[in-house]
Amino acid sequence: MEWLETWFPNVLAYWDKFMESCIATLQMFLIGGGISLLIGFFFGVVLVIARPGGIRENRTAYRALNFFINTFRSVPFIILLIFLIPFTRLLMGTAIGVKGAVVPLCFGCVPFFTRQVETALSTVDPGKVEAARAMGSGTAGIVLRVYLHEAVPNLIRVITITAISLIGLTTMAGAVGAGGIGSFAINYGQNLHHQDIVNVCVILLLIIVSVMQTAGSTLAARTTNRALFRKGGNTK
Amino acid sequence: MIEIRDLKKTFQTEKQFVHAVNGVSLKINDGEIYGVVGYSGAGKSTLVRCINFLETPDEGSITISGAGTFTARNGRLYHTAEGSTKEVPAGDRQLRDLRRGIGMIFQHFNLLDRSTVAENVAYPLQYTGMRRADIDARVRELLQLVDLSDKADAYPAELSGGQKQRVAIARALAGNPRILLSDEATSALDPDVTESILSLLKELNTRLGVTIVLITHEMGVVKSICDRMAVMENGRIVEEGNVYEVFADPQANSTRRFVGASFGLSNVGRLQESGFITVAPDTRLIRLTYGRESVGEALISEVSRIFNVNMSIILANVEILQDMPLGGLLIQASGDPLAVDQAIRYLEERNVKVEVILNGVA
Repeated sequence: MEWLETWFPNVLAYWDKFMESCIATLQMFLIGGGISLLIGFFFGVVLVIARPGGIRENRTAYRALNFFINTFRSVPFIILLIFLIPFTRLLMGTAIGVKGAVVPLCFGCVPFFTRQVETALSTVDPGKVEAARAMGSGTAGIVLRVYLHEAVPNLIRVITITAISLIGLTTMAGAVGAGGIGSFAINYGQNLHHQDIVNVCVILLLIIVSVMQTAGSTLAARTTNRALFRKGGNTK
Repeated sequence: MIEIRDLKKTFQTEKQFVHAVNGVSLKINDGEIYGVVGYSGAGKSTLVRCINFLETPDEGSITISGAGTFTARNGRLYHTAEGSTKEVPAGDRQLRDLRRGIGMIFQHFNLLDRSTVAENVAYPLQYTGMRRADIDARVRELLQLVDLSDKADAYPAELSGGQKQRVAIARALAGNPRILLSDEATSALDPDVTESILSLLKELNTRLGVTIVLITHEMGVVKSICDRMAVMENGRIVEEGNVYEVFADPQANSTRRFVGASFGLSNVGRLQESGFITVAPDTRLIRLTYGRESVGEALISEVSRIFNVNMSIILANVEILQDMPLGGLLIQASGDPLAVDQAIRYLEERNVKVEVILNGVA
């Protein structure tokens, strides 16, 4: 622990706060991410099947969803945070803390993730969908057994990208009172002029993002061509 | 039996209406291999996709034995069950039931890349209430049928094009369909692989009695396995009938082009252009097509002798269609014009089809 004292004295001084921030970030990430994952998946699937030429074409649903996504994607997250405060308060009873951060996190993450899922599912060859229809598969069958099944590697990739960008969003949420690593860096690092605290936050985020990217890439590669994996672990 | 009556399907693009299928009626008998040929854009793919309603026709009806009649009016589909007179709107259930009785194979195979060969073949059987052990047994049987038993655990990426199409065929046959639709299934394959896929289809047709409707732009495919055929152009059927008869005596222009292209005699044009054939005055360039009755007869020398005309053979070709020979000759006939006329008449009386391609002018 001696090196910690030498290199990051202030981090040690605010150790409890630091741990608290890490947990807050983790909570925001898991709750916000979990909800966004479910909603984004659902919306992404709806976009793909409802679009013109999709297996359940529905112009109204497609346009409404597109409009919603484009609207929220065009607002910078930091503005969205402030903009949503009244709504968050109404929904959650508070606009600060982890509880207050989940709502804007979802609004920031869902449109992004939905587009990513849409793109991932769009890479599935329409011929496979047609073959499934010809074999008597219905909408649910085609979504589960063709779209989601065939797009697994791409879905893993987009989940990785979204998770990394969500980490970024949680730190921004910290700027408006959500807590977490972001607010720890601002309040204890920047405002109190403890550069070592900022450095630790950067290193920590770097590690988190690297681990996620590596895990995501590995998993995606392994699911891409199961044959290569099976043949001797060469994951390309 | 598949009976299509007055089927119409129009697509609307931004600028215009495309009448992909424009009033097609045809009847396909149980157990036959029926070929639909046409150039791309002729509407053949739309037609075949209407048979299992991947495409909903605008107007017309299709009756399929065992599945009843589907009638389209104004782009809406209605179903009348076999033996019933009550017509109900055709919903997902009717269509899915119908599709389970019709297998389909495609130009690009459309296998699931992340599933093994066995999993692909099992696809239509899963979630149908069939027991796991029964599915496995059926998959083994199907893979044996297409001669791919050793590839059960391989992934599509590890297979050649021909093997992929075999997997697709096994998958299409999994549910014991009585009809197999083939949408340009050999168009992405090498000629020798095409040959093996076609003989597999023929074998399955004979062994299982499955009716095959295949569309293709290659006359060779039709020539090698079809019993009957239709030629499509601009959404309509311009010629229909027994393959041998269509080949022996094509009527429509596009049929002639198709037959010519697969017959080798279409080289005339090129030979002419490059100056290999010149037609002297009082010489005629004639194409003869002769069927099973005339093949082998020494007609040319006979005619030459009787009418005192010179007949030199430029091209000759004999095809075997449905186990019967069909011959074609390209000859230059010269001599007294009246004698040549008589010679042509003599040939026609002996069931030889005579076409004068070029008439040398003095």
